[in-house]
Amino acid sequence: MSQVHIKTKINGDNIEFLCDPEETLLDILRDKLHLTGTKEGCGTGDCGACSITLDGKLVCSCLVLGAEADNSEISTIEGMSNGEKLHPLQQKFLDHAALQCGVCTPGILVAAKSLLEKNPDPTESEVRYWLAGNLCRCTGYDKIIKAVLDAAKEMRG
Amino acid sequence: MSPLDNTYEKQFKVIGTRPPRPDGIEKVTGKAQYGADLYVPDMLYAKILRSPHPHAKIISIDTSEAEKLDGVKAVITSKDFSKFSENKPSDTLVNCIAHEKALYDGHCVAAVAALSNTIAKSALKLINVEYEILPHVTDVDEAMKTDSPIVNKGYVLENVPKGFSENVTSYYEFGHGDLDNGFNNADLIVERTFKTEAAHQGYIEPHACLASMTPDGKADLWCCTQGHYNVRALCADIMGMESSQLRVTPSEIGGGFGGKTTIFIEPIALALSLKSGKPVKLVMTRDEVFKATGPTVSSSMDVKIGMTKDGIITAGEAHLRYQGGAFPNGTVEMGAQSAFAAYDLKAVRTKGWNVLTNRPKQAAYRAPGAPQAIYAVESVVDELCQKLNLDPLEIRIKNAAKKGTKSSYGPTFDDIGLIATLEAAQKHPHYLAPLAENQGRGLSCGFWFNFGGDTCVTLNVNFDGTIGVTEGNPDIGGSRASISQMAAEELGISYDKVRTIIADTNSLGHNEVTDGSRVTFAVGLATIKAARAAIKEMCKRASLIWGIDEDAVRWENGSAIPAGPNAGQFDPMSIEEIAALSSQTGGPIAGHHEVNAEGAGVSFGVHLADVEVDKETGSTKVIRYTVFQDAGKAIHPSYVEGQMQGGAVQGIGWALNEEYIYGKDGRLQNAGFLDYRIPVASDLPMIEPVILEIPNPGHPYGVRGVGETSIVPPLAAINNAVSRATNIRFSELPLSPPKVLSSLKKELKDG
Amino acid sequence: MVKVRIWGSLQKATDNKEFVEVEAQNFKQLLDNLSLKYPKLKPQITRGVSVAIDGMIYRNSWFTPIKPENEVVLMPYMVGG
Repeated sequence: MSQVHIKTKINGDNIEFLCDPEETLLDILRDKLHLTGTKEGCGTGDCGACSITLDGKLVCSCLVLGAEADNSEISTIEGMSNGEKLHPLQQKFLDHAALQCGVCTPGILVAAKSLLEKNPDPTESEVRYWLAGNLCRCTGYDKIIKAVLDAAKEMRG
Repeated sequence: MSPLDNTYEKQFKVIGTRPPRPDGIEKVTGKAQYGADLYVPDMLYAKILRSPHPHAKIISIDTSEAEKLDGVKAVITSKDFSKFSENKPSDTLVNCIAHEKALYDGHCVAAVAALSNTIAKSALKLINVEYEILPHVTDVDEAMKTDSPIVNKGYVLENVPKGFSENVTSYYEFGHGDLDNGFNNADLIVERTFKTEAAHQGYIEPHACLASMTPDGKADLWCCTQGHYNVRALCADIMGMESSQLRVTPSEIGGGFGGKTTIFIEPIALALSLKSGKPVKLVMTRDEVFKATGPTVSSSMDVKIGMTKDGIITAGEAHLRYQGGAFPNGTVEMGAQSAFAAYDLKAVRTKGWNVLTNRPKQAAYRAPGAPQAIYAVESVVDELCQKLNLDPLEIRIKNAAKKGTKSSYGPTFDDIGLIATLEAAQKHPHYLAPLAENQGRGLSCGFWFNFGGDTCVTLNVNFDGTIGVTEGNPDIGGSRASISQMAAEELGISYDKVRTIIADTNSLGHNEVTDGSRVTFAVGLATIKAARAAIKEMCKRASLIWGIDEDAVRWENGSAIPAGPNAGQFDPMSIEEIAALSSQTGGPIAGHHEVNAEGAGVSFGVHLADVEVDKETGSTKVIRYTVFQDAGKAIHPSYVEGQMQGGAVQGIGWALNEEYIYGKDGRLQNAGFLDYRIPVASDLPMIEPVILEIPNPGHPYGVRGVGETSIVPPLAAINNAVSRATNIRFSELPLSPPKVLSSLKKELKDG
Repeated sequence: MVKVRIWGSLQKATDNKEFVEVEAQNFKQLLDNLSLKYPKLKPQITRGVSVAIDGMIYRNSWFTPIKPENEVVLMPYMVGG
């Protein structure tokens, strides 16, 4: 089957790629573009390790086809910091030791950023429910939730 | 080691602080490279064909059509491994790829390497396997019966009593004292049968590797593992290679918890690489992780405990039956030794049987074997307390093992921290906080052995006086930070002057797997010793410069100084000054230490859990949870807390939802995170960690392993909380909503 | 002589004796002399045993010293996760 030509903007850069019609956006990001910060934990939309935003909407990139991304704007973990300046969420994750193995961290950061853009002052419960689609097996979530709440506080100024 | 070597009484400068981890920025920016993140030129993608049958003889495998598919570069079956070794294939190899029989649903039977994942997947459909389906067994009690299908022949050890099927491979018995007399002295005896289902370690990163092997017998292997030296040993054996020719480089690891202590896909990738002549990347899907990598054992257990009216335990007995899949395992003996470890008992007996079934080979999971047995014991202790109207925490203190207790597994305990841990729980506001309707509080003790093992550390003093530490244990939860802290502490320099890296197998001597809660203990110990060796050398260099005796120099606050007034008047020489002159004074300076670290010391934990049970749905919500654990000395308290919180939540998942569900057809029904439900953020409250520090005399700074003990108490803590909230004694895990609801309905019906 | 405690199911290999005595000044001599005196212990010793000396568990360090006054307990080889 012939490949599809896709034009996107990823983390602010114009990127074009060819993909098989059945290839997922996650596979394109990783295998073709080598943006490996987006992780595959399940491939079925259950773990959130592949979280990205697509036209501002938080999605599991394993559930999106590469071909669906035509003319869209994509943000991944690689676009979260600004040069050498970390996003406040990234800094708070370090300060609070909110990661152990770190493999779920990119997805959780992307998801948390998306939350704070919609709701700059979430309650603990709101953070927990928003992140319920992002599995972490190491931390028990405690330090993650604290880091998100602390980052929100700092970002509100 | 003489006790004088230990410095845990002194005031620490770096130990006990919470510096940022050295790998932190890579991990929050997506730069860190995990198992599946490496791409090399001309690389192929591999996929595995797995048996859909739980037990079947493999009559033939026809790979010819798959080989013809455009883009397919190699196809392998078990036959491809026979040329590497004349020996009988090891269990590890047969678990990686089925030989004569497929032994469980999901057992690998063949593999393909192709230009893309898409082509490799298409090729799998073209492989034709002819099976002769055999009767199967997945339940432990069924598998022990003499008329059970036999899973795997030839594994029965000499110690197994008669009267069981050949699936019972080993038997253990521990204990002391007169049980009959003990039970006769009891005012109340509770005897119950418990069951736990297999739980998966559930690491978010599936197994992944990239192998490149050449016809001259050399290979490079990149993989996510808890122990790359073990990967090398196992793969070299399977591939008929010399260890020196196989270099294994560990990637960052996306969780392991015991599940990445062995190999599953690495020999497959190596064989495909050799056959195709190209590098081969092999990444498991989540479905494969569930079906073909290690969950825990599942168990069936009988526990009987007697107690007097005033709460003295007079006797305890446990019979443990653990199934660990299609190959023998050594789990039940750990459970049988741990079951009653928290108690000072005059009469105690535990018996354990390891059993084969048509399930994947169990792999270690945090304190392997202990959570199940201790769940059963702690549930019965709680029931006795409830029935005798006794305070469960006071009763545990009353019966607690302490210095001088003859432990249930044999040795007499030296200083242990159990009573201090229980007392910390008793004093904590959580213990007396009021509970509302439908809420219950559960308590449990936990125990684990911990160990040390083979460890190598090299510590290089760079010319600018900074330090490079090279160690060989994959960092699974922040250990690079704690190792750097110990190096800095010992050298008297600041944390940011030290960088710790994890070496590949050819850059450092053998290191045991990151397991047994050993890394902060054993690698830490070796790092401190390596630092002391470097200090000795730096003192020698200062003595040469000063022209005084080597013994007349000592180390203080990162500098060499004259040992006393008689040594002469010299200004301190800092590590920077000595390092800068190292070429002129004899060459580069380094310290190293190689050891089989013993003296890890056992560890106890106490958990308090409050739950609320929704009587309409049977759903249980954890509303408050506190973990009390003795860390010996917390090097980086945040990561110690992280171990305590993470282990607790894994145990909560095991207690409430996680289970392997096998159908009558022997197939796994829930091989995905949707149906195998691990705890999510909205399921949980904050998990409060309370660290106790009772120094371990076996470590220079008093460190005790903390990684495993935390998964032990939650099973019973949750079970006891739910049982008290509903006034129904439960004895099967998980306490999933349908199970709780049906018991609630039955109770209502029976009045 | 060192007095060694044998765990329950292993006592089949020591004529049902819970305690046995062997000449040993370290872990290796203990294993060697146990195997000599009680050949039925050999399969388990080959598979692996740990030893607890005065409550401290040693997995396999052969030259760990053992004194007659030590409490010595044989245990299965430790595994962990």
